[in-house]
Amino acid sequence: MARYDVQAVIENKPGLSDPEGSTILEDLVLKGSYRGVSAVRTAKMLRFTVSAPSARAASSIVRRLCDELRIYNPLVSELSVTASAAPRGGGRGRRPASN
Amino acid sequence: MRVGIVVFPGSNCDRDMLHVMRDVHGMDARLHWHGDPLPEDEPYDAAVLPGGFSYGDRLRAGAIAAHSPAIDGIRKMAGEGAPVLGVCNGFQILVEAGMLPGALLRNDTLRFMCGWTSLSVESTSTPFTRAMRRGMRMPIPVANGEGRYYADAPTQRRLEDNGQVVFRYADGGNPNGSTAGIAGVCSEEGNVVGMMPHPERAAEAAINPVDSAPASLLFESMAGRAAADPRPRAAGHGGGAARGRRGSGRRRKGGAAQRSAGGAVARRR
Repeated sequence: MARYDVQAVIENKPGLSDPEGSTILEDLVLKGSYRGVSAVRTAKMLRFTVSAPSARAASSIVRRLCDELRIYNPLVSELSVTASAAPRGGGRGRRPASN
Repeated sequence: MRVGIVVFPGSNCDRDMLHVMRDVHGMDARLHWHGDPLPEDEPYDAAVLPGGFSYGDRLRAGAIAAHSPAIDGIRKMAGEGAPVLGVCNGFQILVEAGMLPGALLRNDTLRFMCGWTSLSVESTSTPFTRAMRRGMRMPIPVANGEGRYYADAPTQRRLEDNGQVVFRYADGGNPNGSTAGIAGVCSEEGNVVGMMPHPERAAEAAINPVDSAPASLLFESMAGRAAADPRPRAAGHGGGAARGRRGSGRRRKGGAAQRSAGGAVARRR
């Protein structure tokens, strides 16, 4: 089985106040030169390394464990899960490409 | 009354709770390590989850402790009607364990806060408030980083309609931005109660500069000593232990005659 780097992002549901995100937007981003930015939401990200037959299966495992172990609170949070092939050798998944 | 005070890695209010329950109010209280199953030969009559920072608040406050072995036994106790109280982190654990509705989020100030506040007693139909009067004020310390009680609109409506709001921040205070100023709630059956402020830090005159009697009534209620409040009844705030739980949670207006807790808005650092 292949190893996958699975990222679980836990974010407050829309409509729930996010004072940290608001502060970052209003007191940092918009005080700079990034006028095109209209919102910032903070979130918590957990990175799992999972052995599974496919990326879809790896995502499914993480989603299920997040539900069963109440890794996020579904009353107030949303969960999004993405999987990509883990790099060979290292225990820690590679960072997603930026830019 | 035999009470188990459950200690988790990171609990720090367990000994204060033990002292007040055992030494001040004469209950047969003892500390119970969370990893041990609850005793079957001499079962507890009630359980208390004290404050602190179980598992260092990792993931979310109370989220990991909610999976502790003792919680299984406490859930069973609660299902059989035994009184269960969660204070601060204990409240967070009960919410994370699904034994109480809602969620506790990071304070709207994004800061840990610690100070005195004033509560209004909204329900006297729980094992922890039956010796109180509805509408009475309780001066009490509150200290938390994730203490913003949140309930979505349907949940809040259900809590209010069912009389499940037990305590509310009063006199203009709401130190963490909680929904409708809710400081404590109970289960539908009323026997499980969670509250963010700390009654164990308010129930002795030596450490309560305002009035220790109201917080003492929480422990007196628990011990089954539903003694009348020694203070004169304030006008416009009747009720009392005989009031049924259903419908008793609606917030009473007024309160001008109520005794102020002195410093209704918590001091923030």
